[in-house]
Amino acid sequence: MDFGTILSSALASALGPTAIVYALAAIGLNVHFGYTGLLNFGQAGFMAVGGFGLAVCVVTYDLPFLVGILIALLATVVLAIILGVPTLRLRADYLAIATIATAEILRLVFGAVETKDVFGGSNGLSGFGQAFNELNPYDRGIDIGIISYRRGDLWTLTVGWSLVILACLLVWLLMRSPWGRVLRSIREDEDAVRSLGKNVFAYKMQALVLGGVFGGLGGIVLALSQNNIKGSDFSTNVTFYAYTALLIGGAARVLGPVIGAMIFWFLMTGIGSFFSQATGGSDPLIPSDIMTDTQASLVRLILVGLGLMLLMIYRPQGIFGDRKELAIDAR
Amino acid sequence: MPADNHSPLAGVAATPGVPKPDPIVKGSNITRQFGGLKAVDVDHLEIQRGVITALIGPNGAGKTTLFNLLTGFDVPDTGEWSFNGTSLQKVPAYKVARRGMVRTFQLTKVLSKLTVIENMRLGATGQRGEKFWSAPFRPLWSSQEDATTRRADELLARFKLDAKREDFAGSLSGGQRKLLEMARSLMVDPELIMLDEPMAGVNPALKQSLLGHVKSLRDEGRTVLFVEHDMDMVRDISDRVIVMAQGTIVAEGTPDQVMSDQAVIDAYLGSHHDTDITEMDESSLEAAAEHELDEEATHD
Repeated sequence: MDFGTILSSALASALGPTAIVYALAAIGLNVHFGYTGLLNFGQAGFMAVGGFGLAVCVVTYDLPFLVGILIALLATVVLAIILGVPTLRLRADYLAIATIATAEILRLVFGAVETKDVFGGSNGLSGFGQAFNELNPYDRGIDIGIISYRRGDLWTLTVGWSLVILACLLVWLLMRSPWGRVLRSIREDEDAVRSLGKNVFAYKMQALVLGGVFGGLGGIVLALSQNNIKGSDFSTNVTFYAYTALLIGGAARVLGPVIGAMIFWFLMTGIGSFFSQATGGSDPLIPSDIMTDTQASLVRLILVGLGLMLLMIYRPQGIFGDRKELAIDAR
Repeated sequence: MPADNHSPLAGVAATPGVPKPDPIVKGSNITRQFGGLKAVDVDHLEIQRGVITALIGPNGAGKTTLFNLLTGFDVPDTGEWSFNGTSLQKVPAYKVARRGMVRTFQLTKVLSKLTVIENMRLGATGQRGEKFWSAPFRPLWSSQEDATTRRADELLARFKLDAKREDFAGSLSGGQRKLLEMARSLMVDPELIMLDEPMAGVNPALKQSLLGHVKSLRDEGRTVLFVEHDMDMVRDISDRVIVMAQGTIVAEGTPDQVMSDQAVIDAYLGSHHDTDITEMDESSLEAAAEHELDEEATHD
């Protein structure tokens, strides 16, 4: 058992590209769910549209990289509007149904054989990150003992964490403003806000678009970090991992989704690494008649799920949440 | 009598839907059907400006539905209605509020996880900081926000909620919530304020101060329309009473005129309203008990 390896792999994951992707997705969900009370169960769809928007522009249509980014973000805005127009006037659960269905449709379309010419089928698209990699100012990777990143990852991390910081800054600025107050009020009671002369539909739409764009940014970072993108990258559990990250950190807190995503990936990778070591090798710590190494890779999901349950029972407000605020619901 | 102090309605007849000298709200042929039930069926309705009008009637008479229809929270099947002379047909609820017709709710809607002062600030209209593109830049809206906060603090002091300024609205008592909702609706600076059962669930001590607040709304030139079951309140503060039963307006007039109207008494209180319930219960209980005793005696 090598705890150094476990710790370093867990840390590398908590600070790595995956954590960035989920932090951005969870920041978007925080705007939707934490502040506005919109149940978006299709954040994976927004991410997919962001990632594929870039890849399709650059690979399929040979457009410049920056134009691709712009079109990708525009596409997430369009998706938010298409989803919002029919559902935002209805009860919250309709949005949840529409978004989860849309995300699945998008995933299947992006991965389908019939659309292979545009989206690359099950292999997806690659080779769109050249312009991004050419901008890389670093000469070599980084190695500070316990964790190390290669040159390409270091550049992705720099850009990714900068995006996370900017997103948090924007959310913080918005949520302390009267605009953010309207969103939080809509979460509490739509009709009361309407009775005070606010166009609730317009505010919900703005929130849906903003959170969707954050999700799209997450998809773009994902695409760039693995220099490949395919439909199967955006299954429904992507959305639910992002929700888990949000709830761990605490909803309706600016830094909640970021810290939540880091903790989530620290635990996922750390526990996974622990069990793969404990069941691997010629003389495993856990005998193979109790658990084989293929079973071990699933145990981390069970443990993270258990952890989430315990969190909901003993600290439902998450890391940053305010218990007093949450207790008001019980009245 | 309040009605005598407010001469605008002095010569107006006590008949349902009678024209008023200066109506702020006018409506005609308003109907709303829920399945087989015609919840609202109002031929004509006028609300006089600058007075307190009470809307009373038994449960299910359609008072709250009429409120919803007038304020755009629900859409009637037929009819037309106007506020200050402009039609409100197909005008969404938030625009109705912006035009100066603000309502409160029967089940108080405070924003629980916002503080009392934040609840108040939300009520102000035309806030620059509520626009997405200017929201991130504080200097663009901070002076307006300060003015809003001053106005909110004045209202909180007037409604004696200033001690609760920083508390979550969800921690207030039922009566305080009613006060907060009323104060918050004043942040919109409405011409017409529509209160849906302002006294429901409020203790008697707070009731007196609420009555005072409603009267003060009229005294500062606003029009008040309220739904209420509390007859003392209706008699005490209203200048005009409109009585609804089964969706239609059955009577209208001063509180005294309405309360002595036989049709109203029958519709609103039921035709057995003179019978004392406790007496009736006691005598029937006694009869039942005697009957039982007799039964037992014959069995023995």
